[in-house]
Amino acid sequence: MASVALSEAEKVYIVHGVQVAAALLRNAAGTRVAGEEAGEDLRVDGRSCEDYRSVEVETDVVSNTSGSARVKLGHTDILVGVKAEMGTPKLEKPSEGYLEFFVDCSANATPEFEGRGGDDLGTEIANTLYRIFNNKSSVDLKSLCISPREHCWVLYVDVLLLECGGNLFDAISIAVKAALFNTRIPRVRVLEDEEGSKDIELSDDPYDCIRLSVENVPCIVTLCKIGYRHVVDATLQEEACSLASLLVSVTSKGVVTCMRKVGKGSLDPESIFEMMETSKRVGKVLHTSLQSILHKEESLGPKRQKVGFLG
Amino acid sequence: MAGLELLSDQGYRVDGRRAGELRKIQARMGVFAQADGSAYIEQGNTKALAVVYGPHEASGLRGIGGSRALPDRALVNCQYSSATFSTGERKRRPHGDRKSCEMGLQLRQTFEAAILTQLHPRSQIDIYVQVLQADGGTYAACVNAATLAVLDAGIPMRDFVCACSAGFVEGTALADLSHVEEAAGGPQLALALLPASGQIALLEMDARLHEDHLERVLEAAAQAARDVHTLLDHVVRQHVREASILLGD
Repeated sequence: MASVALSEAEKVYIVHGVQVAAALLRNAAGTRVAGEEAGEDLRVDGRSCEDYRSVEVETDVVSNTSGSARVKLGHTDILVGVKAEMGTPKLEKPSEGYLEFFVDCSANATPEFEGRGGDDLGTEIANTLYRIFNNKSSVDLKSLCISPREHCWVLYVDVLLLECGGNLFDAISIAVKAALFNTRIPRVRVLEDEEGSKDIELSDDPYDCIRLSVENVPCIVTLCKIGYRHVVDATLQEEACSLASLLVSVTSKGVVTCMRKVGKGSLDPESIFEMMETSKRVGKVLHTSLQSILHKEESLGPKRQKVGFLG
Repeated sequence: MAGLELLSDQGYRVDGRRAGELRKIQARMGVFAQADGSAYIEQGNTKALAVVYGPHEASGLRGIGGSRALPDRALVNCQYSSATFSTGERKRRPHGDRKSCEMGLQLRQTFEAAILTQLHPRSQIDIYVQVLQADGGTYAACVNAATLAVLDAGIPMRDFVCACSAGFVEGTALADLSHVEEAAGGPQLALALLPASGQIALLEMDARLHEDHLERVLEAAAQAARDVHTLLDHVVRQHVREASILLGD
C-alpha cells in the first residue's frame, strides 16, 4: 500500500489521542496508576473512533459500462465499472450466472504501483471481494441465468484504484455496491428454432433492462487496532500506527459474511469480539446512509447533472 | 463499416460536426491532492486522467546496472494505462500489452521535447496517464491531460504540448477523429505541437495517404492543436485565478 513516513513522536501522538483512560476504568480502587495516560477518544482530524470521513458517491460516471460508480472517501478515490457479458455457466452451478472481480492498483496512486508493482495488492483485494460475495444471498445469481447450462450473464466488476488515502477495502466495497445498484442488464429472449438451435434476441429498447437487487450486498468495515482501542476508517497515518486490523464484511441486516485479520501484529480474542460488535453497529449505519443516497440520486432521474472528476 | 458515410454531402460528420471542428473539451487541474500534479480532461466521450510525480530521486535497478539517473538532465518516465472498462469490449489487462508500451514511449518522447530537463539533473519525473473512456483520440487526450498535470506540478516546460488527431475522407481533412471515424480504416495522423513556436514534438501517421494531401491534413491537425491550446490556456489561467483567490491575494 502507499506508505507514509511517520516519526515516533507522531505515532505516539496518534495512539494517545485514540486511547481511553484504560487505567482509570480498570482500577477498582479509584486511584490512578502512575504512568498511564488519559486519552480522549479524539483522532487527529477531530473524529471519534467510530466516525467515517466524509464520503462522496456518484454513479453512472463511465458510459461504456453497464454500471459504474465513483467513491471518494477522504483522499481515497475508487472508480468501479461493471460490464455485463454473455458467457457459459460454471459446471457446478449450471443455472446461475457469476461475478468476476478485477482490481487494478494504478500508478496514479503511488509510483510504487508502476508496471507490476500494484499486482500483489490488487490480487489481495480481488480475492477478498470473491470471498465476501461467495454466499447464496449476497447477489441473486439465478436472475443472471438466461438458459441453464448454455447461456448466462457474467458481470465483470473492474475496480480502479486512483488515489490511496487509507481504508481501501471499505471504499472499494461501497463503490462495488453502488456500481451493482447502477447496473442495467439488457433483457434477452431465447428463441428456439425448429432444428432446436437457440437464438438470443436482445431487446431493442435501451431502457428495457433488469436491475440487480443490492439489499443483501455486504460492505466491508475495517477496524484498525491502535493501542488498546480500535478505530473505523483509518487514514494512512493511522494505519502506519496500527499493527493489526480486522476486516468484517457486514450486510445491511447486520449479518456477517466474512471476517479476516490482516497485519503483522496479533489480536487477542476479546478484542475480536468487541470489534465484531462495533462493525455490526457501524455497518448498519453505513448501509442505511448508502441506500438513502443511492435512492436519492436515482430519483433525480436522467436529467441529473453529472459531475465526475470535473467537480 | 461499408456504407457508413463519414462526411455527408452537406459537409457534416457522423456526430454532426464540421470537418475542422473539435469535440467539446472540458478539463480540470488539481484533481488529486496527494500527487504532485494531476489533471483530468474530457474530449467528447474520451476521458483521460494524468498524474505527475516528481522531480524526485531516480529509482534505479540497484545492483544490476546502477541507477538509471542521467548526470545532466532529468529522466522522464511515462506509463499509459487504459481501464478495462474503457473500451466497448472489455480489455483483459490495463497495461503491459504492446500498444500501451508503445504509447508510453511516444508520450515519453513527446514530453522530453517539452520539459526543461536540464534544470533537474539526476532526478526522475513520472507521468502516469489513465484512460477512463476511449472514444477515439486517446493519444491526443493523454498528451493534453499530461500537459496540464505537468503544469499543475510546477515543472518548467518550454511551451504547452497540444495534440490532436486528423484524418482524410473524400478530399477533406477531418480534425479530432472519434472512434467510429478511426475504425473506418482511413489514414490517421496524430500530431503533438508546441504552439508558440509551431514546433512538432511528435508526428505519427497510419495507413496510406498520397503525399499531395499530406500538407492539408497536417495543417488541419496543427490548426486543431492550436485551438486546443486556446482552451488549455484558459483552463490554466482559471485554475491559477481560483488558487490565488483561495490564498487571499
